[in-house]
Amino acid sequence: MRNMPNSKKKQLKAADKKKIAATLDRYQRDGVMLVSILQDVQAELNYLPEDALKEVSQGLELPLTQVYSVATFFKAFSLKPRGRHLVNICMGTACHVRGSVGILEKLEQELGILPGETTRDYRFTLETVNCVGACALGPIVMVDGKYHGQMTADKVDAVLKGYE
Amino acid sequence: MKTVTLTIDGRELQAETGQTILEVARDNNIYIPALCHNEAVAAYGACRLCMVEVSRGDWAKLVTSCLYEVEDGLVVKTNTERVNNVRRLVTELLLARCPDSEVIQDLAKELGVGEPRFTPEEGNHKCILCALCTRACQEVVGASAISLVNRGVNRQMATPFYAFSDACIACGSCAYVCPTGAIDIEDAGDTRKITMPNVTMEFKLKQCKTCGAYWAPERQLAHIIKQADLPPDAFDDCPDCRE
Repeated sequence: MRNMPNSKKKQLKAADKKKIAATLDRYQRDGVMLVSILQDVQAELNYLPEDALKEVSQGLELPLTQVYSVATFFKAFSLKPRGRHLVNICMGTACHVRGSVGILEKLEQELGILPGETTRDYRFTLETVNCVGACALGPIVMVDGKYHGQMTADKVDAVLKGYE
Repeated sequence: MKTVTLTIDGRELQAETGQTILEVARDNNIYIPALCHNEAVAAYGACRLCMVEVSRGDWAKLVTSCLYEVEDGLVVKTNTERVNNVRRLVTELLLARCPDSEVIQDLAKELGVGEPRFTPEEGNHKCILCALCTRACQEVVGASAISLVNRGVNRQMATPFYAFSDACIACGSCAYVCPTGAIDIEDAGDTRKITMPNVTMEFKLKQCKTCGAYWAPERQLAHIIKQADLPPDAFDDCPDCRE
């Protein structure tokens, strides 16, 4: 596997543990809110480290198996460190017919990674999505939630340059 | 609870509300194949082999008999062409997933399924993802040491992080309930080795104070002592050496 971040186990810092505890308290430590809690924890820690899932499991008094099942079920959760910037390329029907495949290839070449992977310098994570609801602007590349419409392979370089 | 009358394969049967078609059929010696069903745990409807046809008037639909509760006047057929077609397709898919499983092979023979049209999975284990092991572990044992993880074609039975599971008490219930024999348990010397499709774990066995035999996993005995509130030395002797 090329350019995969090494999966060395991350030790949670005391500050991270505090963040997780605060998140759990915000949801009254209610196991029903597991998905929302994991979303918030991922937003704070950039991904879901093994120890974070263990903290959540203990904090909610839920079996670790259940937390791990949920964390691995949804594509929005990542158990591996992610890049500083998330690049989403839309592969929905409208973007597809307007040439998003060529743009994806260009992104893969530029970043040297495949969808789902992260660059070695942790600058970018690349993901595909199937429609971001702005078909008229297609093909679309989203970086950190910002829409870049009417993309072409030639514009890829300029867009990526804006993110350090 | 109310008594209802239903018909299965032309036989008029009495049953109680809340019972499922599969339960009533088995009580009356009517055969319906099923892999993911076990009366020790809640019905789950994963293997799709227990499909039967229920009809009312001139319409009929396919349902999973392990989940469908009986009602008054229900007419069930367990052996129609439509039912058998579904069971054969399900078996064909299971056979492609687990070509090495003797249980699936036998089932295929029984239903007249030949070589599957689908590409068989290679180097595969015998797991059909029916979750019977994980349900037994959670509902019966109360350990929740294993679960189904990931999604879609990547779905697997595993421990959290595919690592040694701290919650596992090495009791072997998972291996016992597995319909296809996908989990192996081997006791050698002072060690119990549990081999699951994606994880292998080793556990220490407890030695009998009197005869010196290794007779049960330490974690399982500790679990029982805690659950039943027994004195800590309750299992120092093996059953043979106990008074």
